[in-house]
Amino acid sequence: MRDWLLYRTFWDLTITGLALGSIYSLVALGYTLVYGVLRLINFAHSEIFMVGTFGALMASQEFLGIPMLEDGGYPYRTGFMLIVFLMFILLCAMVFSGLGAVALERVAYKLRGNGDLFGAVVLAFLTGFVVSMVFVDDTLANVIVAAILTAPITMGYMSLFRRGKQSPRLAFLISAIGASTAIAEAMAIWGPEKREQYQTPRILEKDVLFTFLGADVRVDNLIVIVGALLMMVALTLFVNKSRLGRGVRAVAQDAETARILGVNVDMIILVTFALGGVMAGGAAMLFTLVYEQSRFNIGFILGVKSFTAAVLGGIGNLKGALLGGLILGLVENYASAIFGGQWKDVVAFVVLLVVLMFRPTGLLGESLGRARV
Amino acid sequence: MKKSRVLRASALLIGLSLVGVACGGDDTSSDTTAAAGGDVTCDGLKIAFFGALTGDAGNLGQNIKKGVDLAVAEFNEANPGCQVGIEAYDSQGDPAQAPALADKAVADASVVGIVGPAFSGESKAVNGKFDEAGLPIVTPSATNPDLANQGWKIFHRALAGDDKQGPGIVQKITADGKAKVGVIDDNSEYGKGLADIVQAGLGDVAVEMNSLDPEGSDYSAIVTAAKDAGVDGIFFGGYYAAAGKLAKQLKDGGVDAQLYFADGVLDVGFIEAAGPAAEGSIIMCPCAPKDSNADFLAAFKAKFNEDPATYAAEAYDAATAFLDAIAAGKQDRASILEFLKTYDKAGVTKQIKWDEKGEVAGNAIYAYTIESGAIVGKPGLIG
Amino acid sequence: MNPVVRSLRQVGASLAGAKAGLSARWHAMGPSQRLSAYVLGVLALYLAPWWTEIPLLGSIVDTPGTQFTTVLSDRVIIFVLVALGLNVVVGLAGLLDLGYVGFYAVGAYTTAILTSSHASLPWLIALPISIVVSMVFGVILGAPTLRLRGDYLAIVTLGFGEIIRLSAKNAEWLGGSRGINDIKHPPSIGPLKFGVVDPKPYYWLGLTMVFVVMFLLHRLENSRVGRAWVAIREDEDAAELMGVDTFRFKLWAFAIGAAVGGLAGVQYAGKVGFINPDNFPLLLSILFLAAVVLGGSGNMHGAILGGILVSYLPERLRNFQDKRVFVFGVALVLVMVFRPEGLLPKRVGAKKAVAAPGEGGSQ
Repeated sequence: MRDWLLYRTFWDLTITGLALGSIYSLVALGYTLVYGVLRLINFAHSEIFMVGTFGALMASQEFLGIPMLEDGGYPYRTGFMLIVFLMFILLCAMVFSGLGAVALERVAYKLRGNGDLFGAVVLAFLTGFVVSMVFVDDTLANVIVAAILTAPITMGYMSLFRRGKQSPRLAFLISAIGASTAIAEAMAIWGPEKREQYQTPRILEKDVLFTFLGADVRVDNLIVIVGALLMMVALTLFVNKSRLGRGVRAVAQDAETARILGVNVDMIILVTFALGGVMAGGAAMLFTLVYEQSRFNIGFILGVKSFTAAVLGGIGNLKGALLGGLILGLVENYASAIFGGQWKDVVAFVVLLVVLMFRPTGLLGESLGRARV
Repeated sequence: MKKSRVLRASALLIGLSLVGVACGGDDTSSDTTAAAGGDVTCDGLKIAFFGALTGDAGNLGQNIKKGVDLAVAEFNEANPGCQVGIEAYDSQGDPAQAPALADKAVADASVVGIVGPAFSGESKAVNGKFDEAGLPIVTPSATNPDLANQGWKIFHRALAGDDKQGPGIVQKITADGKAKVGVIDDNSEYGKGLADIVQAGLGDVAVEMNSLDPEGSDYSAIVTAAKDAGVDGIFFGGYYAAAGKLAKQLKDGGVDAQLYFADGVLDVGFIEAAGPAAEGSIIMCPCAPKDSNADFLAAFKAKFNEDPATYAAEAYDAATAFLDAIAAGKQDRASILEFLKTYDKAGVTKQIKWDEKGEVAGNAIYAYTIESGAIVGKPGLIG
Repeated sequence: MNPVVRSLRQVGASLAGAKAGLSARWHAMGPSQRLSAYVLGVLALYLAPWWTEIPLLGSIVDTPGTQFTTVLSDRVIIFVLVALGLNVVVGLAGLLDLGYVGFYAVGAYTTAILTSSHASLPWLIALPISIVVSMVFGVILGAPTLRLRGDYLAIVTLGFGEIIRLSAKNAEWLGGSRGINDIKHPPSIGPLKFGVVDPKPYYWLGLTMVFVVMFLLHRLENSRVGRAWVAIREDEDAAELMGVDTFRFKLWAFAIGAAVGGLAGVQYAGKVGFINPDNFPLLLSILFLAAVVLGGSGNMHGAILGGILVSYLPERLRNFQDKRVFVFGVALVLVMVFRPEGLLPKRVGAKKAVAAPGEGGSQ
């Protein structure tokens, strides 16, 4: 055990831990929102995050055309251009993740209850694609066959739906697991770097801005912490002050009553997913800012950690997601320093277990359904 | 009405069966080209590749298979009367998938030799089967020292194990005069094993550091520790993806130490992942530089339109050993195994000659460095 | 109506008709006829290694590129055992367990330690000890956590599975990343030699274990314990009010599930002879859960079907090569969309009539 290391480098570890934890918090918001409103664990949220990192990659490399290296060094940008670029990347990541979340909701969650057309189309296309894969090994041919088959299969699916019948909750979980697997694998098979790690270019020069109690505070760490806080404040304001936000809280409290009172529950659920997706997109952009890399399976590990953070803070509680994420980031860093990187996950889970034993609904409890968020 | 229902059902069943038959074919690639002339004759012999062709580690297996493909293609062209086939077993490097594939290889009597298994984990899971079946294997990449000590009579290695690579690394670091070297590993069997050897060899010079999680993204704890310890050199035992992340974060964190790595990092992926931070890193490998044998380099480039990557040349040597056995008239597993015992030939990477444990004689460890974003063989080799 | 829909409907109808017809014939048969049907079925299963020899059916069933019998002994029979065990936890007692791989690992590692790295006991002695150790772990996990509500239990069990794997990976006395090899094989019984090359004896041993476990679980399902589980699953608060000691019965579910999981681990270790922490990833827990839910949780036959599908299909679909996991994901979504209660759903309450011994929960 190297506890002396913790004392000597405490503030360094704290700063970087808060930055890491901020990313966990943003992703945790997605889990907590969906759970608060639907009482379901959205297992595929991790892949929404991964899609967001892909969005950030597309934004910086394809849309903005930034190269990985310029004259053997990083392609730094400064001043106004830098801010514009960062905002654009953020927007792209949010759009990618948000759309992904919406598509996921339509396909894997909404589908069963009322037979949604969009979801049926997506599933029909996938079915056609897989069926054609059996016969032909060429991706383009598969896409064409799938496109042709989509229309008839869609009609078939629409008529096969059981209207209004509720499904067992485990079915949602497994469906999400299937979707999560399919999305990650699709990225691995047809994505830019297949199963390799892919890099995003560095446009922000990572200077040390100032020192805080002996620890260097780098500009990217600061941006992550401040950025995450801003996004969370924005979300909280939206949920507390806007009409849609009120709808979200209403459905979280009691969906049936909300429906009777005229709330469009289906729309609210869609908005919930979208909000979570947008937050994940923000997390994705910040993640690529700091770590400059991603991979088809990056979502899986991060997802498990973020979900742990959400539960730690109190699932269904927005502030809990923030608290849980930050605590988890710090715990991981401290544990890495004392016990070594190989034990940090064990420590994190033990902390979770201990917290749950004393506070079974998490540190701040569940509260999206109550007026106070 | 009932009849048409039955008819429809039967049609469906027949359709499904046809699909089943269509799908039931092997997806292995058999490489046989017919030609004319030649003095060696054989009938339906195959050399197999065993390792990861798809999945996370697929790149490595693809490199190895290309080495095998080249050797077999050259042989088949020179010996029209003996066309040797290639059987590919894709284990994805997973010791859970490997046994079923190994059983298939053992059951296939036309498979007389295996280049592989590529990874140490899967080797442990299946080499026992090959040993019991007497199927000779030559691995071009599994460097775990334990493998040679299991008493497998069929085991051969075409490159130096980690028990040779470790001391080579220690020698290099010592020669560079480093006073304080942090030793980091990725907690994998390969990485930790190598790091332990290096740490022991460096003695007091080594500063023990924690392991890192290769799947994770954040190594700030290690960076902080390295900075705090004031090391002037760092050795990392692990693979290229994690090494790239580590190098980048070290440089960003202001750690100015000389970085040392081993063969798992010798891949373009390291340069991509680390960016400018890779510059000047030193990577040791028991694998020969690609320009060490001009003929091999030229032939490889001509066939695949790219340079040979890690372990392709070792795989070529491994396959050549089997092919030489076939050319000498040894055409079943037992006689090939006998032949390999006394095999002594200069391969493209080293002198290929095995001791009774299956370790190869040529033990050179080479040093590479990253210069201007490319891997360069550093002059002044070790070993 | 759309021709595709019409033909889909008719396929569905003919299959349903066939099923109904078979079901009617089955119920019409006398007990002795049913018994002989069962015996034939069991015999066919024992003869599975030779299914690939049958002319047309064989090539449909055979796994391209890998040895069919090894797939049976290394993957299918293990998954079936695990599915049976997890079905007790998830299906019967309604506890969401995302860390079941932990029990599987405990069984395997205990056997490995006892036969190879820290002692030299024969496999047969290691077998009961490993099962007991797994049960103990089940109780250790259950005691502090079963008071948590459903979804919290999920994350805690997930953490538990990961703690087991990481502890195995980091602890030298458990082999670390290197793992443990030279695990002993089961002892040879007469002509059945449990060697390294022939997978058939292992398959038969595993299959026998499956039947034994099925029998024991069936007895359990129809006992007080089983009824308590159903009560807890359907409405825990009501059960508590009616005087069912929910905590104790939930703990039982965990312990029994853990025991079966551990058994699967012992079987796996004894077959392959080498284990390392990478054999027990979180992904495997998820796959186990998918097997149970896909097949129909709460229904023993459903769990078995799910276990077979989840282990066999990826090997059967090796033609897809790299794409097979993707196909698997899409298949999961499709099945859950169109048949959320699983392929062989449980019969809810009511007519769980006077069943002949061994009938189980088929529809």
